[in-house]
Amino acid sequence: MTIAELAKQGKFVITAEVGPPKGVDITEMLENAELMRGKVDAINITDQQSSVMRLGSLPVCRLLIERDLEPVFQMTCRDRNRIALQSDLLGAYTLGVKNVLCLTGDFIALGDHPQAKAVFDLDSVSLLRAAKELEQGKDLAGNELAGTPNFCLGAVVTPGADPLEPQLIKLEKKVKAGAQFIQTQAVYEPEKFETFMKAVAHLNVPILAGIIPLRSAGMARFMNANVAGVHVPDNLVEEMEKAEKRMQKGVEIAARLIKDMKSMCQGVHIMAIGMEKRVPQVIEAAGL
Amino acid sequence: MIISESKPFPEILKSLEGDQRIFIVGCKGCAEACQTGGEAQVLEMVKQLQQEGKIVVGHSVLDFLCDKALVKFKLKPHEDAIVSADSLLIMTCGIGVQATAAVVDKVTHPGCNVVNVGGSRGEWRGDERCLECGDCLLDYTGGICPMTACTKSLINGPCGGTKDGKCEFEPETRDCGWHLIYERLKKLGNLDRMKVTLDPKDYSKMRPPENLRSTIMWALERKEKEASAK
Repeated sequence: MTIAELAKQGKFVITAEVGPPKGVDITEMLENAELMRGKVDAINITDQQSSVMRLGSLPVCRLLIERDLEPVFQMTCRDRNRIALQSDLLGAYTLGVKNVLCLTGDFIALGDHPQAKAVFDLDSVSLLRAAKELEQGKDLAGNELAGTPNFCLGAVVTPGADPLEPQLIKLEKKVKAGAQFIQTQAVYEPEKFETFMKAVAHLNVPILAGIIPLRSAGMARFMNANVAGVHVPDNLVEEMEKAEKRMQKGVEIAARLIKDMKSMCQGVHIMAIGMEKRVPQVIEAAGL
Repeated sequence: MIISESKPFPEILKSLEGDQRIFIVGCKGCAEACQTGGEAQVLEMVKQLQQEGKIVVGHSVLDFLCDKALVKFKLKPHEDAIVSADSLLIMTCGIGVQATAAVVDKVTHPGCNVVNVGGSRGEWRGDERCLECGDCLLDYTGGICPMTACTKSLINGPCGGTKDGKCEFEPETRDCGWHLIYERLKKLGNLDRMKVTLDPKDYSKMRPPENLRSTIMWALERKEKEASAK
C-alpha cells in the first residue's frame, strides 16, 4: 500500500531509509532492507545522497519490489533534466514503483564529483508538477502519453529552518503541485515541531517526522554546525556525552522523540545513515 | 552592449496588477539602442499605461542604469514621486532592474527580457548578475535574480540547504539567494509574489549557438527581423 493510502486509513506510517552502495555489491544493502521487513511501511532509497555517485535509486526500488518490500523512489533534480526525469518516472511506474519522493538535491560541489555539471533544470515543485501531468496523460510539453502512470507523490521540508516562512511558502507550493505526503528533515525539538505542525495544519497532508538516531555527541555537534535546519539541543548533546553506552543512548533518545511527537504527526521517517541495524531497535523502543 | 527586448504589454500589465501609481525608469545606454527603454519607448509606455487607467507619477531616463551610484544620484530629484508610487517599471536589462531595486525600497517590475549580453556586462560592478535568460523573473523575486543569486538557479523558493541566510555551499562567502529574495519581498510587503508557482523555465530562450553568442549581431538581426515583421 502507498504511504498516502496508509495515512488515509489512519495508520501511523513508519518509513526508513536505505542507501545504495558505491559499486555493485548489493549484499549488505539487501541485508539492511531485510532488517526492516514487517517493521516499516516503506523504505526510502536515496538518490546519490550528498551528491556522491552510487548505484541508482530506481534499480534498487525494483529489487525491493521483487522481494515484496515497499520502496520510496527518491528523485533529485541535480543530475537529470526534465526529459530524463519524466522518462525515469515512466520507468518507475512500469517497474511497479508507486511512492516517489521529489527533492531538489544537494549541490554538486558537496559530493565526490565536484567537477560535474549541475543540472537543476526543474526544481522540486516543478518535478511534482511533471509527475502530476504524467498522471493526467501528458508530458510537460503537453504531448500525449500512451497509457498513464499513477504515483503517490511525496516532498520534504525542514521544520527547523530559521526563518521558517520561506520553507512554508515552498511547502505550500509543493502540496498545490501534488505532494500527497511529506517527510521532514531530522527533528530533535518536539516543542518547535509542534509549532511547525500548527503552521502547516491547513495543508491537510500527512507529515512524517524525520528521526536521525544520534551516534555520539560529536555527531550532534557536527550536524549543528553543518547541516542546515538541524538543531540538536544542548541537553541532548550532554546526554549523549555522559552516556556509557552511546549507541543505546542514541536509540533511547530517538524512541523518546517519537513518543513525544507521535500525537502531533501522521508518521515517522527514520534515517539511520549507515546504522540500519538500529532502526528495528528504535521502532521497538518507541513501542510502535 | 546588452541586447534586450520588450516584454509583451499584457505581461507588463499583469505584473502591475493592483498597483495604481507607477514610476517609469528608462536607460540611455543599451536599452535606448535596442529601442526598449529609451526616451521614446518610455513616453510610449506612459501613454499606454494611462490608457489602461494607471497614474504615471513620473518617469526618468538615466544615462546608465548599470551604475548603481549614478542610479541613486539621478533618482534623488524624483524622490517624492517615487515615494508616492506603488511600484516602479524598469524598462532596461535585468541588471538595471536589480540596480534600481538595490537603491529604492519599492517593488521594481522588469519591462524587458535580456536575450544577449554581447560580450560585456555594462558598467555594473556590483554583485547583481543577469543570465540573459530571455524570460525575466525579477517581477516575482523583488528585483533579485534567482537564476544568478541562487547557486542552483531555483525559481520556486529555497532548498533545504539554506542556513543563517547563507548557502550551504561556501557559507562563508555565499548568501542564500532565496533568503535575500524573501527578506526583500517581506520588507516591501510583497511576499505574495513568492507564493506564485512559476512554470519550468523555457531554456530554449537562452541557447543561441556559440558562434552567434560571441557576437551581438545575431540578437540585433533578430530584433530587426521582428521589427520588420511588425
